[in-house]
Amino acid sequence: MISFILNNQVVKTGLPSGSTLLDFVRYEKQLVGTKIGCREGDCGACNVLVGTLVGEEITYQTMTSCLTPLSNVHAKHVLTVEGINLSNRQLSPVQELMIVNNGTQCGFCTIGFVMSLTGVVLSKENPTYANVIKAIDGNICRCTGYKSIERAAKGLCETLAERPAKKPLSWLVEQGFVPDYLQNIPAKLQSLQQKLNQDSTFNDNGQKTDFFIGGGTDLMVQKPAIIRTSSTTNFLDDTQLKGIHIEGNLCRVGASTTVTEFEDSPEIQKMFPDLSKYLKLVSSTPIRNMATMGGNIINASPIGDMTIFFLALNSQVILKDALTQNSRTLPLKDLFLDYKKLDKTDTEYIESLQFEVPDNATYFNFEKVSKRTHLDIASVNSACQLKVAKDGAILQAHISAGGVAAIPKYLDKSSAFLKGKKMDDATWKTFSEVLDSEVSPISDARGSAAYKRLLLRQLVLAHFVEFKLNHWLAF
Amino acid sequence: MANIDAFGHVTGTSIYVDDIPVMQGTLFIKVFDAPVAHGVIEALDYSEAEEMEGVVKVFSYKDIPGENQIGGIIADEPLLAEKEVHFWGQPILLVVAENEIAAEEALHKIHISIKELPVITDPKEAFLKGKFLHNSRTFESGNTENAFREARYIFEGSADSGGQEHLYLETQGAYAYPMEHGSIKIHSSTQGPTQVQRTVAKVLGIGMNKVEVDVARLGGGFGGKEDQASPWAAMTALVSWVLKKPAKCVLHRMEDMRMTGKRHPYRSDYKIGLDKDFNIIAYEATFFQNGGAAADLSPAVMERTLFHATNSYQIPHVKVQAHGCKTNLPPNTAFRGFGGPQGMFVIESAIDHAAQKLKVSRESIQARNLMENGYQFPYGQIVEGCEARTCWEELNAKYPIEGIRKDILTFNENHAFLKKGMALMPVCFGISFTNTMMNHSRALVHVYSDGTVGVSTGAVEMGQGVNTKMLQIAAQEFGLDASQIKLETTNTTRVANTSPSAASATSDLNGKALLDACSQIKARLKNMLWVKNDLEAGAEVRFEGGKVWMEGMEEPAIWIDVVLDALARRINLSAKGHYATPKIHFDKIKEKGHPFAYHVYGTALTTVTVDCIRGTYELEAVHIVHDFGTSMNRLVDLGQIEGGLVQGIGWMTMEEVAYNNKGRLLSNALSTYKIPDIYSVPKEINTHFLPTDNNNMAIYKSKAVGEPPLMYGIGAFFAIAEAIRAFNPDAPLHLPYCAPMTPEKVLMALYGE
Ligand SMILES: Cc1cc2nc3c(=O)[nH]c(=O)nc-3n(C[C@H](O)[C@H](O)[C@H](O)COP(=O)(O)OP(=O)(O)OC[C@H]3O[C@@H](n4cnc5c(N)ncnc54)[C@H](O)[C@@H]3O)c2cc1C
Ligand code: FES
Ligand code: FES
Repeated sequence: MISFILNNQVVKTGLPSGSTLLDFVRYEKQLVGTKIGCREGDCGACNVLVGTLVGEEITYQTMTSCLTPLSNVHAKHVLTVEGINLSNRQLSPVQELMIVNNGTQCGFCTIGFVMSLTGVVLSKENPTYANVIKAIDGNICRCTGYKSIERAAKGLCETLAERPAKKPLSWLVEQGFVPDYLQNIPAKLQSLQQKLNQDSTFNDNGQKTDFFIGGGTDLMVQKPAIIRTSSTTNFLDDTQLKGIHIEGNLCRVGASTTVTEFEDSPEIQKMFPDLSKYLKLVSSTPIRNMATMGGNIINASPIGDMTIFFLALNSQVILKDALTQNSRTLPLKDLFLDYKKLDKTDTEYIESLQFEVPDNATYFNFEKVSKRTHLDIASVNSACQLKVAKDGAILQAHISAGGVAAIPKYLDKSSAFLKGKKMDDATWKTFSEVLDSEVSPISDARGSAAYKRLLLRQLVLAHFVEFKLNHWLAF
Repeated sequence: MANIDAFGHVTGTSIYVDDIPVMQGTLFIKVFDAPVAHGVIEALDYSEAEEMEGVVKVFSYKDIPGENQIGGIIADEPLLAEKEVHFWGQPILLVVAENEIAAEEALHKIHISIKELPVITDPKEAFLKGKFLHNSRTFESGNTENAFREARYIFEGSADSGGQEHLYLETQGAYAYPMEHGSIKIHSSTQGPTQVQRTVAKVLGIGMNKVEVDVARLGGGFGGKEDQASPWAAMTALVSWVLKKPAKCVLHRMEDMRMTGKRHPYRSDYKIGLDKDFNIIAYEATFFQNGGAAADLSPAVMERTLFHATNSYQIPHVKVQAHGCKTNLPPNTAFRGFGGPQGMFVIESAIDHAAQKLKVSRESIQARNLMENGYQFPYGQIVEGCEARTCWEELNAKYPIEGIRKDILTFNENHAFLKKGMALMPVCFGISFTNTMMNHSRALVHVYSDGTVGVSTGAVEMGQGVNTKMLQIAAQEFGLDASQIKLETTNTTRVANTSPSAASATSDLNGKALLDACSQIKARLKNMLWVKNDLEAGAEVRFEGGKVWMEGMEEPAIWIDVVLDALARRINLSAKGHYATPKIHFDKIKEKGHPFAYHVYGTALTTVTVDCIRGTYELEAVHIVHDFGTSMNRLVDLGQIEGGLVQGIGWMTMEEVAYNNKGRLLSNALSTYKIPDIYSVPKEINTHFLPTDNNNMAIYKSKAVGEPPLMYGIGAFFAIAEAIRAFNPDAPLHLPYCAPMTPEKVLMALYGE
């Protein structure tokens, strides 16, 4: 039995835990404000806010309800547009701004934008223009050309500038951003959770289910028909699979860490100063809020961005067997055997990933090119980590690349070649031949094989450009 | 004034087809479609599917009581395939079940075997094999043969543009239910309610008077729901009619992309001739239109390609020819611009080609050849109220072209791996359905006894703001506040025999019919007031701000008093307005006439930056000067410019419709077909309203604005091409004119031999 608070109401359902939140709100609860544009997480028309109790407060995140299995909102608060509408035909500033700037034409995408923007209102993030735009980076509009929505976003930054850091919710209610019942939700959710904990029949824990599910952003796209009638175990909220821990010079990332949590981690930010630049290239805000590291790796897509990222960190993956509880550790690059084939049994799951914390002499860069720069799957992506001596000699190199083989590829030969070299024109020439020799891209919807070969060379070149090492290239 | 639907949109209370509460007993339809692009059906077994739990019936063409025919212009398209299939995704069977999941599962239990036949996806190949959907046509003026003999410079080449998926956010769908007296009602997401009505009547074999089509609004159309909303409506009607139950069909995105047609891809050859001063004196082009497997709207789309083949340029000798080629793709259809963009892309390519060879800037050739009043288009219409040069000059005044060019040169000299490029794109677009007989409309107005007003027209609201403009007209004519007016749904029982909402002409046609209806009611009220007050007929009476003025004096009686008075005197306060665009005509034998009520003009300047390491690009700015006439709603019109431009940019840059050689759609979902997102649009779009007070035939002189801005997007292609050349002058002198300009094409051109 799944139970959660939908807007201002506790709901219970006996539907399979793998069925989607979207179908539940639209067809079980007749809340038809939430729209269907694609059912694949790619348009944002179905965006809702999902609130999790953190201490005394609720943290809201935008999620695409089309890919959210009911298991992942169990014991949480879900807000649809019907739950943020004020009474007496009053409009919130978000809704008002969308109207006065003509941010809505046919209206079909509009609710998605309103929900994403309301997510900014309820979040703790600084309401800078860049942050507000980032909140709607998963919303596609075919009518407006976005400029009017950008104008609405600018207006929102200004209105939110006054939002106090302390007790923002009561201020938001006063200002008419959200209805006042939201203030009672934390208490309501607490009591729901207590009840759910007491009454174990409400809980899926301990029961064997058909699928492990992280954010669902892969599984729900690949197998929608099967999952909607299956039971799912929510990995996304499994505290044992969460968190980023640093022990000595090792950094351990829980498998269920989402891309957003990874991006928001001060420790990770310190290790990778350009982190947000890289992660901006990965899916969209609602997808990043859901997508987990474990899901990205098990997905085993040859262009998985996080997988490529971790491969260049020479990471190790820690697998645990659900039946025997035995663990084993193996280099991430050895996990991938062939197209979507992994060195892993059916009962094993990923517990965490670990890699060495980079030191001052370490350079790192991530590159990705796709047909559309954002919210798109890479034609080719690549990451590179170098340890460099003071004189510019490369002490150690790890390069990975996606979209150029049947698996997300750790480039063994290229990495080995660089060791002990200094980059100059002659080295580059031989190096690019080595690079070319160990990839075998195929032609598909994301580009021809010839393009992908050329693009890989260019992206590796881009790493060196970004490193600005020994002025090898005159820019 | 903001869009009148905006309140509903931001609160989630606007109703689209899938939001209509379903009635008990509603049946759900899933379409079983062709798994190959061309072949003969040898065996088809759906007995297993029909026996599955929840499945009510599987429909084939044999279950159609009327005609199995949905072709609009040419009767060449069955609703459900009979013996042969002609495109991948062609509907063959309908699985009807008590719920969608059961219907979907039953699809997998259908067994079909098809003997495959050769597949054609390329229009030139179809042309060579003599596969046509309709007659080829030629527009001609002057004598190109002689002119080419006199031309100092001649350039020949080819230019291809790709298809474009409409990607209306709301997929195709309809909901039908039986009504009394053997009739049926359908809620359809269609731009053409009458077209749906006609198709359903034909398929069911009943009178059009028994088919009621109702449209509240569309979640986007862009031409994709002009003709191609009909099949889904006809399917729901068929099921509902036969099983006497409500029936619903809303396509999943992937079904929609697979089964519906798109913007026509074109392949084209051009030949351009210039004199010593770079005046274009001759132009020839041959267009090979990829029509797909059935005619759909292709003949009309092809016609507009010919009308706009010379864009804004004054060329004395022109010969342009077009062939409607039959291929094994879904029937391609209307898409904003309707063949115009495809024609304009070719002449812009020809000009670019000439500029490269002559080592002058593109804009110098463009500027020199802009048309002027008095020029006769190749199709015979004389240019009047021309704003081509005014727009260009106004743009140059605000954004000095030479200065921008200089800045770009300096930037490019100082950056090894970043290069900028720019392009100007003038646009001249004719307003009216090119099929003269479609340029008519009606509107129905009721003034109720409390003074409020209800308005029905044939216009369909799909985000373009037409209902907002209609409301403004009624409010203005009766001098009432907007809150007193209500726009009704578009319904075939209230307004009949309508033309689809298309061709940018919806506001003009329906607005003028509405004006007529309002005027009739006003005339009756005025007449009453003259008689009652012993005034001369013709004395000034004005309705304004809910009040009444006579001969300049405010009356004690206000609007509601006049209304009540009129009702007491048994005066008719309802009126049906009618409008038929005057002056227009076209002779399809001579290919000459005056097909357009007027033309819309504008110019855009696009600047881009190309990352020459990664082969990616960013659109820096698009500056536009556009001829709106006297805009009656600047907010709505600005939205049309920005939205149209970005759609055009998408068509020219990232939107790549890809089929494999077996005719299977590869770009079959939002994950593989990319339309602009918020990060990919130009950093700046500056739109300037060129106020032109010329007498035109637009409603309140507020010119049509739906389609023209799409073509500004063509500038993006040439701006990127220019930046590429700045990095790699050794690349072939001109890149292939082959849109879209994807990052793949950019990188290959940057490093190609
Ligand atoms: C719109 C959209 C855009 C996307 N863009 C990108 C992109 O830009 N780059 C990119 O790399 N990916 C992208 N993806 C793919 C996807 O988001 C990522 O692969 C994501 O990391 C998957 O994580 P998840 O938790 O959602 O996986 P899920 O769907 O929950 O799971 C995927 C698979 O992993 C299994 N699994 C999950 N966690 C574990 C675990 N701890 N141990 C063992 N098995 C586990 C599941 O059983 C399932 O088989 C996109 C997806 C969508 C829908
Ligand atoms: S419906 Fe498109 S993201 Fe969910
Ligand atoms: S307003 Fe139509 S899709 Fe955004």
